[in-house]
Amino acid sequence: MKVRAQIGMVLNLDKCIGCHTCSVTCKNVWTSRDGVEYAWFNNVETKPGIGYPDDWENQKRWNGGWTRTRGGKLVPRQGAKWRILANIFANPNLPEIDDYYEPFDFDYDHLKSAPEMEAFPTAQPRSRISGERMEKIVHGPNWEEILGGEFEKRGKDYNFEGVQKEIYGEYENTFMMYLPRLCEHCLNPTCVASCPSGAIYKRDEDGIVLIDQEACRGWRMCVSGCPYKKIYYNWESGKSEKCTFCYPRIESGMPTVCSETCVGRIRYLGVMLYDADRIKEAAAVEGEQDLYDAQLGVFLDPNDPEVQAAALRDGVPQDWIDSAKNSPVWKMAMDWKIAFPLHPEYRTLPMVWYIPPLSPIQNAAEAGKIGVDGEVPDVKSLRIPVRYLANMLTAGDEEPIVKALERMLAMRGYMRAKTIDGVVDLGIAQRVGLTPAQIDEMYKIMALADYEDRFVVPTTHRELTEDAYDLRGGCGFTDTNQCSTGTGGGKLFGSRKFVVPTGGAR
Amino acid sequence: MNQFFFGTYPYIALTVLLVGSIARYERDPYTWKSSSSQLLRRKQLMWGSILFHVGVLVVFFGHFFGLLVPIKVYEFFGIEAEAKQLLAAVAGGVFGSIALIGALILAHRRLTDPRIRATSSFADTAILLVLIVQLALGLISVPFSLAELSDGGVVKFMAWANGIFTFDPKAASYIKDVDLIFKLHIVLGLTIFILFPFTRLVHMLSAPVRYIWRPGYQIVRTRRKKA
Repeated sequence: MKVRAQIGMVLNLDKCIGCHTCSVTCKNVWTSRDGVEYAWFNNVETKPGIGYPDDWENQKRWNGGWTRTRGGKLVPRQGAKWRILANIFANPNLPEIDDYYEPFDFDYDHLKSAPEMEAFPTAQPRSRISGERMEKIVHGPNWEEILGGEFEKRGKDYNFEGVQKEIYGEYENTFMMYLPRLCEHCLNPTCVASCPSGAIYKRDEDGIVLIDQEACRGWRMCVSGCPYKKIYYNWESGKSEKCTFCYPRIESGMPTVCSETCVGRIRYLGVMLYDADRIKEAAAVEGEQDLYDAQLGVFLDPNDPEVQAAALRDGVPQDWIDSAKNSPVWKMAMDWKIAFPLHPEYRTLPMVWYIPPLSPIQNAAEAGKIGVDGEVPDVKSLRIPVRYLANMLTAGDEEPIVKALERMLAMRGYMRAKTIDGVVDLGIAQRVGLTPAQIDEMYKIMALADYEDRFVVPTTHRELTEDAYDLRGGCGFTDTNQCSTGTGGGKLFGSRKFVVPTGGAR
Repeated sequence: MNQFFFGTYPYIALTVLLVGSIARYERDPYTWKSSSSQLLRRKQLMWGSILFHVGVLVVFFGHFFGLLVPIKVYEFFGIEAEAKQLLAAVAGGVFGSIALIGALILAHRRLTDPRIRATSSFADTAILLVLIVQLALGLISVPFSLAELSDGGVVKFMAWANGIFTFDPKAASYIKDVDLIFKLHIVLGLTIFILFPFTRLVHMLSAPVRYIWRPGYQIVRTRRKKA
């Protein structure tokens, strides 16, 4: 057993209102620069839809993630090491910027500088890449907002696999949900594996996956390796960039910007302890539908004294173990089993999890009655097909999704009875395998969602790795050679600057 | 003149190449990259880049081994100068042509595609054009080389290149009487050495061959001091 800790995230899709505040605050902080204006480290998609970039979930097209060979070995789907190197001159799996969208700005200056004329002056779009006028904007980062566009296109959504999708194109049967997406900070990241330069790494202390900007050579294999298409090639700097999980904030115990600014309070952050020795095995289980369970098996119970001892032995600080016990992520993923990984079939063991959304009861008015199973409506009659959610979150296995939705409905029923009728209905709790205490806690964390309950983020322990005396009067948080004192990061000319942690194989 | 271009200039070029590359790597690693523009335009890059790189790699290693392996090694294996020259001319001709075709496709893309044109630096365009001229000079020299197979031309170049690296003060004199085309090819080649640290060419020093024997796939970095 090799215990490591990671700050994981859960997004409660049941409460997402699709306001895009997370995307916008993230962009303002991280990607409001040339070269990444097309990149959204966090974006919110309306589902069903093909998403951003186009069709990203379809790995038959993009070859992201891992594939399991007949011998049971895991290989990046875009190819093993030799194959990746062979593609280095021209990467056949790399999306073109038009698959995201051509970034544009508007000719605002024209509004005030235009000469007197008959028609009112307009601000026409201009490409941010070539600077040329764009006749028509044909694509954007949120092109399918609130079911924009015809169903024929949105219906190519990969999650319709095994669903009779035609009827969902009809007005009466249409359904939608929001899916906010960011880097998954996977336990078994394909981007790291695909990087020929070894510039991408997972941090041992908090699991954040980062790209060393000075070591990145722009071979762009990570972009195609990542099945979530959450690594973006900066065409200006020639380096790849990705969500940093706001590590400077996380290190000081603050939530990420997207989590902090979420008005719907749908995001949760917490420590997960996991066994690094089990990752390989878990990611390589044969059945795709077994991957969700396999990943649950990688996580370690922070309340288990044996795990605690092993964690301390492996250098996980005590306050991180304490945080893990209060982790909302642990509760949702492991205790209540209502949160799920996004597309476990990619075999990356993602660490940003999702609570599936409830939806209105299908055809209730039409049929004149609601499909009711006791006090809890039958989740099969929810407007969003269970299979659709299962394709997204459990590789198509409907049972865990049904269970989670039932628990969420049960929580509502139980709390409604308790607060309105003043009745504690033990039957509802028992039917979904929860105790009243658990439901009360679910209600507190999911419905009330206080700040302290959502974000349980311990500070990082820099004091264990850095000598503060050397840092006094230093130049703080810098980007490569800025605020240079005449000494570089290299060893040749002699220097003492912040030292980037050194690499090593897992 | 001859002494300067083939006796002194090589040392200037090699010094700039070496010191310049080290200084850039040390001082500004953020700029050390391949500068791929595939994201912006896939068209023409697939064919252009593959042809160019495959051709140029073969030509590069051909020159590297052809010029720098001491003549005695060839004598030891009983390879005659004439056979070696024929091989060099034929392989160089074939792969040089492949590289030139690729480079022309890339140059067309760089000069005509609005996206690529707008995002190219002067150095990006200039170095590509210089490489095209150099490939053309190399290909023009092939018939000259084939015409003088028995002349032992290849031995002169080897003697010169060997001489440069063994600090032979007479090195320049070994190629005093070769055709002008060869001299132009050499001088431009040395000039590319000088330009090397200031352009995207540096990415070739980072060819990620280490990836092949990097243990496993995953990388985890730790801040903790090693016990």
